[in-house]
Amino acid sequence: MEAITFNIDNGYLDGIVRGFKGGILSISNYLNLTQCETLDDLKLQLAATDYGNFLQNEPSPLATTTITERAREKLVAEFQYIRQNAGPELAKFLDYITYSYMIDNIILLITGTLHERDTHELLERCHPLGMFDSIAALCVATNVQELFNTVLVETPIAPYFEKCLSAHDLDEMNIEIIRNTLYKAYLEDFYEYTQTLGPTTAEVMGEILKFEADRRVINITINSFGTELSKDDRAKLFPTCGRLFPDGTFRLAKADDQDQVRLAVELYSEYRKFFDQGPGTERSLEDHFFEYEVYLNKRAFLQQFHYGVFYAFLKLKEQEIRNIVWIAECIAQQQKERINDYIPIF
Amino acid sequence: MALYGSTYAGYGFGTLVTVVIAYGILDLIVNGRWFNIAYLIETPSPYFWASMGIGLCIGLSVIGAAWGILLTGVSIVGAAVKTPRIRTKNLISIIFCEVVAIYGLIVAIVFSSKLSNAIPVSGWSREALYAGYAMFWAGLTVGMANLACGVCVGVVGSSCALADAADPQLFVKVLVIEIFGSIIGLFGLIVGLLMTGRVTPFK
Repeated sequence: MEAITFNIDNGYLDGIVRGFKGGILSISNYLNLTQCETLDDLKLQLAATDYGNFLQNEPSPLATTTITERAREKLVAEFQYIRQNAGPELAKFLDYITYSYMIDNIILLITGTLHERDTHELLERCHPLGMFDSIAALCVATNVQELFNTVLVETPIAPYFEKCLSAHDLDEMNIEIIRNTLYKAYLEDFYEYTQTLGPTTAEVMGEILKFEADRRVINITINSFGTELSKDDRAKLFPTCGRLFPDGTFRLAKADDQDQVRLAVELYSEYRKFFDQGPGTERSLEDHFFEYEVYLNKRAFLQQFHYGVFYAFLKLKEQEIRNIVWIAECIAQQQKERINDYIPIF
Repeated sequence: MALYGSTYAGYGFGTLVTVVIAYGILDLIVNGRWFNIAYLIETPSPYFWASMGIGLCIGLSVIGAAWGILLTGVSIVGAAVKTPRIRTKNLISIIFCEVVAIYGLIVAIVFSSKLSNAIPVSGWSREALYAGYAMFWAGLTVGMANLACGVCVGVVGSSCALADAADPQLFVKVLVIEIFGSIIGLFGLIVGLLMTGRVTPFK
């Protein structure tokens, strides 16, 4: 029944987002880009696509960081347009998407404060989608505990801190563990929320978020080999909303090397493929994850009248920016052997 | 009831049930009968039934058409921002929804031409009773069919606009689906006219 009421609040923005999705670079665009010799050629080629004249005002020796910044600005502007025009349910959904960027920004600022970096430089490096009003105050507080009591309780992600950490833990735990615990709480909360938004959204976003959870489980496992993270602590960082929970996560918590990881995911056909390295293919695990994420996000556009398209659009554009930066770096450093290692989207 | 309580549908449903039960109790106390349906149906004059039928016919048809236009219109506007070429072609979807309202209008006009002044001499005549009941249920038939048709054409029209924006070759294919959806309203129109075909104006 959502087909007859979804368009009342979200029909216009659904059309807009699908228009944006139509402007995502296709394989023929990428072929043109990979054949550029200099970054100025790249700029010309991009001017013919949906990006238009976004690099118009840049001085002539173009740097790849400039391209990244301008592309991200364009994406943020599009996202903000959708957010400004959104009805109440969509606004809440889009806010949930921005919480992950907020977590990244907060961890960045806490780390920077601990290493006594310049506050303005840190604020400039924050992701624009994850800004909130009192973020500058994070640099002023001297003690991390004070940070939580004064600044973080007012942010929308305060519940994620409360759920997993008591206030004095913020000093003792490793920053990465804090980041992963926060992200676990956020992911589970987001998953629960998407299951209440109607059957189509629940199905589409459920698939995407389950894969996100499983991806984090596998990455945490592999990254913790050889560190002093105990197996119990590792198990506490695994999000529980994925396919791997509970059997896969139980086995991955006890894994010690890559082979045991492969054994643990044997039963999950979607993920087994990532670990089978055929001869001659050199896609790393990260590349496989990106490819599968692109596949799931493309599928979101095959259904109508659900909120998943907004999330999928944001993630596909981010992947596109990563691709453009990869190609630009290969061109700038004149190392064109691996230039075709981008992930094609459409 | 607690489940529905917090939505408009909940308020409406709760009010309706309360009113019905209150009427039943009142009727029992005053007249000594409990939910006498036959009395409820026979007492109002055929004018009431016929006029109610005409009102439902045009009212529900217009609701269906409006719903369809709202569903399609926002998608056309949203998709046309990035692909302006779809603007004119997709107005056909809006026209299909509008046609649904016109079906309702036609039937309402035809029915209202069968109403005329008549004074009951000794009770209502058979033809008058038949006219009243037939027009009520025919009007309801046409109205409900057009409601469903309008919503259907609206949903398909929305998908048509988005598909056309993505790939121009899909437009005609999805339009065929819309045409099939639009036939539902026509079915309602035909049945409604058949039901009242033998109605003579009130004598």
